[in-house]
Amino acid sequence: MAESKKMYLNMGPHHPATHGVLRIELELDGETIVNATPRIGYLHRGIEKLAENRNYQQIIPLTDRLDYASASANNMGYCVTVENLMGTEVPKRAQYLRVIMAELARIMGHHLWIGTHALDIGAMSVVFYAFRDREMIMDINEEIAGYRLTPTFFRIGGVAHDATPKFIQMVRDFVKWFPKGLDGYHKLLTENKIWTTRTMDIGTISAEEAVNYGFTGPSLRGSGVAYDLRKAFPYSSYDDFDFQIPVGDKGDVYDRYLVRMEEFSQSLKIIDQAIENLPEGPVNVDNPWISNPDLDEVQKDISALIRRFMIHVKGPVAPEAEVYQAVEGAKGELGFYLVGDGSEHPYRLKIRSPCFYLASALPRLMVGHMVADAIAIIGSIDVVLGEIDR
Amino acid sequence: MVEYLIIPVIKLIVIFSVFLLIAAYTTYMERKVLGHMQLRYGPMRVGFHGLLQPIADGIKNLFKEDLIPENADKTVFVLAPAISIAVAIILLSVIPFGPPIKILGREINLYLANPSIGILFILGFSTLGSYGNILGGWSSGNKYGYMGGLRGSAMIISYEISMAFAVISIIMITGSFSIVDMVNAQAGVWNIFKQPIAFLVFLISGIAELNRTPFDMPEAESELCCGYNVEYSSMKFALFFLAEYIHMIVFASLVATLFLGGWHGPAFVPGVVWFFLKMFAVIFLCIWVRATFPRLRYDKVMKLEWKFLLPVALLNILVTGLVMALL
Repeated sequence: MAESKKMYLNMGPHHPATHGVLRIELELDGETIVNATPRIGYLHRGIEKLAENRNYQQIIPLTDRLDYASASANNMGYCVTVENLMGTEVPKRAQYLRVIMAELARIMGHHLWIGTHALDIGAMSVVFYAFRDREMIMDINEEIAGYRLTPTFFRIGGVAHDATPKFIQMVRDFVKWFPKGLDGYHKLLTENKIWTTRTMDIGTISAEEAVNYGFTGPSLRGSGVAYDLRKAFPYSSYDDFDFQIPVGDKGDVYDRYLVRMEEFSQSLKIIDQAIENLPEGPVNVDNPWISNPDLDEVQKDISALIRRFMIHVKGPVAPEAEVYQAVEGAKGELGFYLVGDGSEHPYRLKIRSPCFYLASALPRLMVGHMVADAIAIIGSIDVVLGEIDR
Repeated sequence: MVEYLIIPVIKLIVIFSVFLLIAAYTTYMERKVLGHMQLRYGPMRVGFHGLLQPIADGIKNLFKEDLIPENADKTVFVLAPAISIAVAIILLSVIPFGPPIKILGREINLYLANPSIGILFILGFSTLGSYGNILGGWSSGNKYGYMGGLRGSAMIISYEISMAFAVISIIMITGSFSIVDMVNAQAGVWNIFKQPIAFLVFLISGIAELNRTPFDMPEAESELCCGYNVEYSSMKFALFFLAEYIHMIVFASLVATLFLGGWHGPAFVPGVVWFFLKMFAVIFLCIWVRATFPRLRYDKVMKLEWKFLLPVALLNILVTGLVMALL
């Protein structure tokens, strides 16, 4: 038998289909992948280390830049963790606003995923339809927070400010419109013969293996494990809402696709319930050492002025304790392990990024498939390098 | 003298310049149509609604730095785009794009040449054109280019066959290899109604030969970062690009002439207009397909050819033969 020579192909870090700066060293036999080695670290910004020198309030914008495709979902994780550490309870209205923002962010992240995933597999129009709908969420972000991609709307102990009537109207409009947009993606892809042949039985991973690899989020649910932190360990009033956890069956690229597509509608359902049942009340916790005093009060009362000054310069103080809190980010279990040392800075912030664990399974998923499948697999586990490298 | 030199030279110049212009504006059409299908405008800045965009692109490409990678095979690397474009332009010479017209008392045929083996000429040369892609990919010293070239060669070898078989059924009902004869034979009923299966096979394998989505294996932007032409820059890249669009025009003209009745159509507009309408309709279809479908995987593309298109084309020939023998 003739001996075949292996070819080494360097995919990334600036390859159009590696979603940012993931680099994969592929060992190829013809077009079949014999071995794949993901290399990470091209987007390392030292967020965890930076956090040690910031006060708790200042870390929120850093978390925006973790999974920049769904920024508010990261805010949610961090803020819930800090409040857990400080032992405060956020008012109901703020919790609902947070849920709305986090679910909008999840939809935004999934928009980016459906667009790039379809583009990688060659369906180039879906990305534009997805971005049309994503633009609506960006406008909502802009309306409430002033920033479009990374809104930083959350604060320790609540949210930046109350929702405007325009915001509520925009969210309602989006909830009303989006099922039509979603229908469009389904029409283009779900029953498309080419799409199904490209995605079915590609990158299959069993439920047991997925758990062993540390899969969470839609990628785990694609393998048939109904594990969702919003249901398993509800935070921020998620137990008030009625929604289902979509699960797949085989754990291939197509199942992960279907799970994420269904998550669009489930998130929409949550947003719809939250915006219609938005409770009245304050949006910040009633704790003078965490939340800002009113501007009116600041102008009249010297102690309020000092408090405002202290909160902005020094920031809230956390006790000497450690806490791990995880939330369901757009990609999976986004966990924050926070060690407080009685000062206004965390002693240590460790982020459990779901994408890191997903990317570690890339060799397992890719080996035996072809180069074209490799990019379908990268798309299907939906990694965001900002989160892997932190 | 006039018959053998001046008229052909004038026709040569006209066909060359007109089709190059059409090729340039096909890129504009593609960008505009794709743009509007994708909720964008496409080019808008250069000229009215971006009408001068192709010209601006051409000028830009001329002034770009011309890079030759260090580990490229330089001779072949330079030769590849030349092969591509030359072959593409040669193909234009046998396309009949209108009925004969009378100018200054002379009857002028609207094609440059009508060889008795016209269709074989086109099939042969269009295959030759893929040498440009293959050599370009192989010689550029880039693994992505290499893989693009490999895929390109496999694709061409496969899809050429079903394309030829689809044409054979047309040759059978026409009884001639000449493209002009084929058009004349469709004065009554267009071939698409007589040979719908051959039409579909021809269309699919033609889109595959053009390396367009869903069969754009040699280029596959997202997998191979543009494949065979990844190392090409400046005018060399523009030549590949232009050759691709000329191939698309030739393919669209072929579909129009072989299946859609060429210049035949209701007489209220001249035949030339009918021809170009049909041609652009086919080009529009290509663009539409590109906007809609995902890309097939390389091995599935091969499977589609060898396990589906080829048997279907063969069966079609068999049935055509049977029907012709029985009637």
